[in-house]
Amino acid sequence: MSAPLIEIRDISVGFTGKSGATLPVLRNIDLTVKAGESIGIVGESGSGKSTLALAAMGYLKRGLRLLEGSVAFQGQDMFARTRTELEKIRGGELALIPQNSGQSLTPTLRIGAQLIEALRLHSDVPQAEFSAKAIELLGQVRLPDPAAIMTRFPHELSGGQQQRAAIAMALAGEPTALLLDEPTTGLDVTTQAHILELLRDIARNRDMAMVYVSHDLGAIARVCDRVVVMYAGEVVLDGSTRQVLKAPVHPYARGLLASIPRLSDPRLPVALDGRPPAPGGAGQGCSFVDRCALAQEQCRSRRPVLERLPSGESVRCFRHEHAEDLSLTGSGAIPAKLDSDAVPALRLDDVAIRYNRPRLLDKLLGRDSASVATVDGIEITVAKGETLGLVGESGSGKSTILKAVAGLLPPSDGRITVAGGEALAPEVEQRSPDHLRRIQLIFQNPDDSLNPRQTIAQILEQPLKLYFGLSGDALHQRSAEILERVRLGAHYLDRLPSQLSGGEKQRVAIARAFAADPDLVLCDEVTSALDVSVQAAVLDLLNDLKSTQGTTYVFVSHDLAVVRALSDRVAVLYQGRLCELGPSADVYATPSHPYTEVLLGAVLEPDPDTAPTLSADDVVELSPPVRGCPFQRRCPRKIGPICDTDAPPWRYRADGHGIRCHHTIEDLETVQRKDVAERCA
Amino acid sequence: MTLAANPPRNTPWSRTISVLRDVMSRPSGAIGLFLVAFHVVLAIVSPWIVPHDYKAMNSAMMLTGPDAAHWLGTDHLGRDVFSRVLLGGREALLVTGIATPIAVTWGGFGGILFGLIGGRVDEVLMRVVDAFLSLPWILKMLVLIVTFGTGIEVLIPTLAFFYGIPVIRIARAATHDVVARDFVSAARARGHSRLTIIRRELLPNVLDTLMVEGAMRWSWMLLAFSSLSFLGFGVSPPTPDWGLMIADARGFMSFAPWGVLGPVIALSSLIIGINLTADALAKALGIDRAQKAPV
Ligand SMILES: Nc1ncnc2c1ncn2[C@@H]1O[C@H](COP(=O)(O)OP(=O)(O)OP(=O)(O)O)[C@@H](O)[C@H]1O
Ligand code: SF4
Ligand code: SF4
Ligand SMILES: [Mg+2]
Repeated sequence: MSAPLIEIRDISVGFTGKSGATLPVLRNIDLTVKAGESIGIVGESGSGKSTLALAAMGYLKRGLRLLEGSVAFQGQDMFARTRTELEKIRGGELALIPQNSGQSLTPTLRIGAQLIEALRLHSDVPQAEFSAKAIELLGQVRLPDPAAIMTRFPHELSGGQQQRAAIAMALAGEPTALLLDEPTTGLDVTTQAHILELLRDIARNRDMAMVYVSHDLGAIARVCDRVVVMYAGEVVLDGSTRQVLKAPVHPYARGLLASIPRLSDPRLPVALDGRPPAPGGAGQGCSFVDRCALAQEQCRSRRPVLERLPSGESVRCFRHEHAEDLSLTGSGAIPAKLDSDAVPALRLDDVAIRYNRPRLLDKLLGRDSASVATVDGIEITVAKGETLGLVGESGSGKSTILKAVAGLLPPSDGRITVAGGEALAPEVEQRSPDHLRRIQLIFQNPDDSLNPRQTIAQILEQPLKLYFGLSGDALHQRSAEILERVRLGAHYLDRLPSQLSGGEKQRVAIARAFAADPDLVLCDEVTSALDVSVQAAVLDLLNDLKSTQGTTYVFVSHDLAVVRALSDRVAVLYQGRLCELGPSADVYATPSHPYTEVLLGAVLEPDPDTAPTLSADDVVELSPPVRGCPFQRRCPRKIGPICDTDAPPWRYRADGHGIRCHHTIEDLETVQRKDVAERCA
Repeated sequence: MTLAANPPRNTPWSRTISVLRDVMSRPSGAIGLFLVAFHVVLAIVSPWIVPHDYKAMNSAMMLTGPDAAHWLGTDHLGRDVFSRVLLGGREALLVTGIATPIAVTWGGFGGILFGLIGGRVDEVLMRVVDAFLSLPWILKMLVLIVTFGTGIEVLIPTLAFFYGIPVIRIARAATHDVVARDFVSAARARGHSRLTIIRRELLPNVLDTLMVEGAMRWSWMLLAFSSLSFLGFGVSPPTPDWGLMIADARGFMSFAPWGVLGPVIALSSLIIGINLTADALAKALGIDRAQKAPV
């Protein structure tokens, strides 16, 4: 319809490597963005998505150079413009919203002042109307009470609110194009869904173009008309959202889709083995050849070109006609379900945990300390060989519970027992060596949980020496064996964590936990720092270890689909209180607790035909209410004052599936089914 | 980053070597190390290579300009400036070379201890450290030197003491950072003893920071030592020393600038060398000395 807004012509970007050679990060990329169009850029970590988005603004990170090609915005070459010209455009006509907008907002300035500054620099609004316009913008990004928000500092806003404020700032310059780099990564599912709806509406209403960079295909499906798939610095597929997500014609895109766990599919996702070549590491052939199931001789010797198909998409693959042979949801393993012999491996008995211990003065006066327990009334039994999933938004106390079980945070109330009914001492220092060995913990981020100064051998030796007193050859042999078990070879033993990829590091962390030969493994968001394809491999590994070792897991995640893929039973937490607990298939089916319903509604599937249902506001609560139901402030199905005053009772369905709500199971079932029917109609 | 097919071996030695290699591969590291090594070697061999006797006075040729015999001319007593510049770093390097490791050791030890104890004790002690640091250093040092006299046996402990105090802060902050990381929690949860955790998990990570800090402290200490000499509290004449030489020659700056220029260039090249090395070392060890701005 209109002239292209952003026109990227055959650009290559690279840096000078240690050896002095030029290593490309982006290779011959063509991309055109028309006015009002929203384009998603997806790819694994390191594929060059962010570099491309920044290059579209005429900006390159330090150390990177434009090797060839040009970038034009509204017909003018971005790399030929002067600094001042660029500064005028950036933040005005062309605005960027980075992943962590908490960092892009100035911490020492009030939101109002920052917005007014943006208006002064990038808009024609007369000075007298700055305040009114700023309040109007904050209202447009649906922040509650905009006038009050004006006077707040960034740190006084929640993550989602900061992101909204950043969007408001970007809108101040009436941009014709908005670049977003992972704008919702790290936000809670409900917050993410709300922000995406907001972006979608804004783009439509203002006829604004968007370039949306993300590794999350679910988010892309929601906001983009067109999707560009990147691999090793190249565009490998470019087509409409429907084409790319429903029937992608590139083997990599198919692999990527198959590696995403889905709520609708109880099977484990299929891992995409191997890893992408590093910059400069791709040979003369196709960069995907080492991981491609369709690869043939020609793929090694020649590099495929980006070919335009009659159906409208562009693809870089010799054998795209055969791509459909590769399954999209595929043959992922059915999660191992051990026959649980119903011996409890772990029992939490009315456990409560508070971060601030009761103050001495309060204790002396016999007063109740004002603080409400962070986690309260947790009653969970995990059977031997079972996987219990623990889900909830950030701040719901998932990690806190794991830390208490691991002995890193003593509970203030209640009892934790392990198999045989033996009570666990509250603190690690008092636990017996046997108890210590039987419970192992795996953390979210391997960069933080592996000592950067120890080699893999030294990391694995610690539990082996401590628990089994191994040394010499036996120690070495055992370490090598354990590495094999997590599908890494013995040749990794001499490496340092910094010489491993993210997925490999997490495997080492898993290997370290399994070196202790544990009964119970606590997994704290173990895949959330990983790419989806790597995540699938780690999930598969955990499942494999479970079936061979009979391990019991407590698996914490904010991602409901990931939890579903691995868990036998699921516990839903809100504000440190249990809302629902039952077999995973039941928890994910109707009826569910109103909070579970909100969570499930906000899940984004990588499918352009599904839409999230947003039934609760994305308010971040700082502390749980003192009385009544923990969800009372946000509950879309709230009954009335009874929810504010009385703790809701557990209501059970026949099969050990409990929901904690003042509604009866039947009531919930009726209203939820009715809503679903209405939505479909 | 990709890895070569045959993985690198990581022994304690290979790390030292690879860090050294990394330092030398950076321009700042190569220049810095060269300057430092040059000064250290010079300090050791200078007594044998100086062209003139450093204390031989010659009233016939005072404050002469550079010539073939006296490359940097002579000073107000007719002594050869070039010889004195060559020798003038010996005392400074000896004193600071001993005092720096002592300062880093005791300051590092104290800082790690405070960091581990934490809580109220730590808070109170850090307030004391802060109060101490807010006094001008030269004042503190002069009080001590005036009380106990000058000379190496006073200067070394004095410098070591004062320069250890800021190290406490750094070591404490580094300890806090490391203790908060998950690998320490993991070791705690496994049930290792406190000592093992300190030795295996904490120390190697804190020592990196201390090493860089040590290099920085060294350059500060050299400046302090030279300032003391300049003020007449350091090396006593006729022993040549850069600080002292600058003080002596400064009155004749306008017509005999070489007397000042020689020692100034010598001193600053050493200090710049140390700083460049510290910078490259910090980068090679992956320590953020300045907060990186997010892009
Ligand atoms: N300043 C730089 N100097 C050298 N190489 C760089 C620089 N910045 C990025 N790279 C490299 O360029 C490649 C692409 O990086 P980029 O940040 O664009 O990836 P990405 O797809 O956005 O990844 P992520 O999902 O992790 O954000 C990576 O291999 C990265 O290591
Ligand atoms: S060109 Fe060959 S190797 Fe590359 S994606 Fe296509 S089939 Fe696979
Ligand atoms: S008890 Fe009331 S507030 Fe709580 S979930 Fe049920 S209906 Fe909602
Ligand atoms: Mg990125």
